[in-house]
Amino acid sequence: MAIDIVQKPSVGLSKIALSQTHGENSPYFAGWKAYDENPYHEKHNPSGVIQMGLAENQVSFDLLEEFLENNQEATSWGKNVSGFKENALFQDYHGLLAFRKAMASFMEQVRGGKSKFNPERVVLTAGATAANELLTFILANPGDALLVPTPYYPGFDRDLRWRTGVEIVPIHCESSNNFQITPEALEFAYDHASSKNMKVRGVLITNPSNPLGATIQRKVLEQILDFVTRKNIHLISDEIYSGSVFHSDEFVSIAEILESRNYKDSERCHIVYSLSKDLGLPGFRVGTVYSYNDQVVTTARRMSSFTLISSQTQFLLASMLSNKEFTEKYIKINRERLHKRYETIVEGLKKAGIECLKGNAGLFCWMNLSPYLKEATRESELEIWKTIMEEVKLNISPGSSCRCSEAGWFRVCFANMSEETLEVALRRLHEFMDRRRNGQVLSME
Amino acid sequence: MTQTGPRRLRSSALDDDSQPQPQPQPQPSSSTTGMRLIVPLQGIVQGRGGLILGSVIPCAMFYFLQFYLKRRRSPPASNPPSPGNLTDLSRSASRSNLLLPRGRPHVSSRVSSIAKANDSPYYIGLDKATSDPYDRLCNPGGVVQLGLAENRLTLDLIENWITNNLNESILGGGLSVSGIVTYQPHDGMTELKLAMAGLMSQVVGKTVTFNPSQIVLTSGATPAIEILCFALADQGNTFLIPAPYYPGFDRDMKWRTGVELIPVHCRSSDNFTLSIPVLEQAFNQARKRGQKVKGILLSNPSNPVGNLMTRETLFNLLDFAREKNIHIISDEIFSGSTFGDEEFVSMAEIIDSEDADKDRVHIVYGLSKDLSLPGFRVGVIYSYNENVLTVARKMTRFSSVSAPTQRLVTSMLSDATFIKSYTERNRERLRAMYDLFVDGLKELGIGCTKSSGGLYCWCDMSGLIRPYNEKGELDLWDKLLDVGKINITPGSSCHCIEPGWFRCCFTTLDENDIPVVMERIRLVVEACKSPA
Repeated sequence: MAIDIVQKPSVGLSKIALSQTHGENSPYFAGWKAYDENPYHEKHNPSGVIQMGLAENQVSFDLLEEFLENNQEATSWGKNVSGFKENALFQDYHGLLAFRKAMASFMEQVRGGKSKFNPERVVLTAGATAANELLTFILANPGDALLVPTPYYPGFDRDLRWRTGVEIVPIHCESSNNFQITPEALEFAYDHASSKNMKVRGVLITNPSNPLGATIQRKVLEQILDFVTRKNIHLISDEIYSGSVFHSDEFVSIAEILESRNYKDSERCHIVYSLSKDLGLPGFRVGTVYSYNDQVVTTARRMSSFTLISSQTQFLLASMLSNKEFTEKYIKINRERLHKRYETIVEGLKKAGIECLKGNAGLFCWMNLSPYLKEATRESELEIWKTIMEEVKLNISPGSSCRCSEAGWFRVCFANMSEETLEVALRRLHEFMDRRRNGQVLSME
Repeated sequence: MTQTGPRRLRSSALDDDSQPQPQPQPQPSSSTTGMRLIVPLQGIVQGRGGLILGSVIPCAMFYFLQFYLKRRRSPPASNPPSPGNLTDLSRSASRSNLLLPRGRPHVSSRVSSIAKANDSPYYIGLDKATSDPYDRLCNPGGVVQLGLAENRLTLDLIENWITNNLNESILGGGLSVSGIVTYQPHDGMTELKLAMAGLMSQVVGKTVTFNPSQIVLTSGATPAIEILCFALADQGNTFLIPAPYYPGFDRDMKWRTGVELIPVHCRSSDNFTLSIPVLEQAFNQARKRGQKVKGILLSNPSNPVGNLMTRETLFNLLDFAREKNIHIISDEIFSGSTFGDEEFVSMAEIIDSEDADKDRVHIVYGLSKDLSLPGFRVGVIYSYNENVLTVARKMTRFSSVSAPTQRLVTSMLSDATFIKSYTERNRERLRAMYDLFVDGLKELGIGCTKSSGGLYCWCDMSGLIRPYNEKGELDLWDKLLDVGKINITPGSSCHCIEPGWFRCCFTTLDENDIPVVMERIRLVVEACKSPA
């Protein structure tokens, strides 16, 4: 007796749900999976995969702990009855004034006092990821385009595009001039977008750059600002790594340039910042949109309802960040330690025969393995990446995930591990390169 | 009213888009003007330097003509007076869409409706109460806030717990930040999911066990709802929603997702309960209009009425959703704030007893109401659909719960004894305040629907409004706010189809405030009744 099996139509999901724009099937994330399955541990798993694909800052964690231990009143709601209650009920999207003031002042300190920030323009979001998405929702409609210089943070493909429906059109940068953004590249990207009937709404730069680990020069910033002004579009400057510049005088914020121009045409500029990298607090989810455009500030504030920072966290950080003594000390020591790490890794790589782009900021270096590729193709790059992951047990990020137009570059993070682990990683790489040189036939031209 | 906003700006945005490609526009006067320009121009073109002048001058004239026409077409400011210079900002936004080099850069078409002044009474009232808040001792003449569903009745219990267990530490335990500074899974720490599953079970009366692996944590219920909309519906799709409903849904569900809401009107004759035939009718009408319905959004306990859905209605809803092959989102954020004699039945309980078809059900929860912790931003998506869970987990990167908060809340929720006693006392205090408030209104001749949940009551002031329509209702609301100095929420903000109903939240008061509030209402009531 035949039994008819009736297939019930399953209830559908949205196009956004079904799209691959979340990007989690790319190599960038595949490496993470490999790490999750076999994570390195000094004692328990010394042959595991070392995570060098996560830009997390753990080098100054002890400074945070020290502060908290010595400033207990900063970590308490206090015996005062209203402290906790008011805090628990506070869900105003303007954010705690004390915290906004502390953020504005911290941002000033990070820039060495070279720019002023007004707390009234600080809009709080739960992380810079949310800040970037929020700005995209505000500045562009579905189908519009943002110009982003390559190579860029792989997360942008998802953060700027997934739910917003906005496109990224790359501004191609090349190693011949150290991947700096040129006016020609800007124009080319703009024209390319227009030829595809996409309306360009803005340029998004990351300064200091991820993955390059280098600040954008003043002259280039001026050119970019002139370009966006000429085209009457926006400029988003993601300055999430501004506190990790090794020497503070080497960082020029767009805020500084605007100030020097007396804020003329500044209403097209917006800065994104966060405490995830500079203060090493990614778990706290603290980000901000700082906009020079009143309408954007109002809108962003209201839209931040979807991504508010816990009032508890705001309260805690308001105390921490208003302590100028602590923040100055932290910023200074953090920079020094990052610089030292950077030198360690660059030296170590050099000994292994690997060159890096000259960097001056960030939690990573931009490594050049192009001399070792079979062919200057993405496939060759992924081959070598896979080998490094499987043989050397290091998870690094291939340049193709960052949309780099040249094959063979890799981002290698150095701040999310102890110094000892870094040495282990360098040793492994060194041995690997030796084996390649002595043993197997080296893939050269 | 918000609906006309974007439409107006969208037309001018289209005009902007038309600059590079000419589009037909209603310009009857321009053609003759055009001829008057072109003929002499031909003379110039045929002369020296004519090629350049002949190109530049018409272009310049074209741009200035557009500018002139746009100025004439710009709608007059119709926003009511509001704080700040937002009216100026939104008007100039339309001018910003010009391609003149000195113009402002373009912003998305969403912005106009979001940035303009809050002209909904719901928001105006909230603002006024916030700027001049009543305090029995310090500001006895201030505005009493009865428009915000915030529970202050049991915060002392939470505060005591924190004092006794965490020594008031904001870090949620100890002085160390180790374990909470680094990147956490976006959808929340496992320990918190476990603790949350326990709380949810306690709150619905232990009739259901919630599975922690079906929990996705979000920074509040607001993003939880939005994430579900992004996952279940495309731009332009619709959700059916029983009305009257929480005014915030208009913002939370529509702003960025582009989803539309279709109210399914409930009536006082039914005590504002949802009728399946009316739901069916709304669905069919939507279909006729070519709108694709993707799901139903319920609030249970309902906001603003405070009804609990019966078991039967929930079963019928599930059948309905199954028949139409749509989703159900059950917002159960007030499930721990029930105080009546009726039992609360969660959608989870109904689903548990069904064998199949769980894929269409999603529950939203959070700590803002039941645990009085709106500032901490802790929300929950609970879904039976693995695909939805996968997508939601990815989307929480934009709305994660802050790690110190996760730690604190995990400790608290894991204290089962505390949670049990807290839930019971919360119910008792809600009941007590509800009774006081409703009795007070009764004495003034104002009746309320019989409700069993939520932090508010749904009051019938239809006898006091003149005329019997939205305008009359808003006049009364205005009097209550400006003269009575009381902020309550008019039913029209909640899309109630019958005028004269108001939502009054009573959980921001204590007993001694009640006589003050009733006196103020009485004065306004008397003024309404007097023939003048």
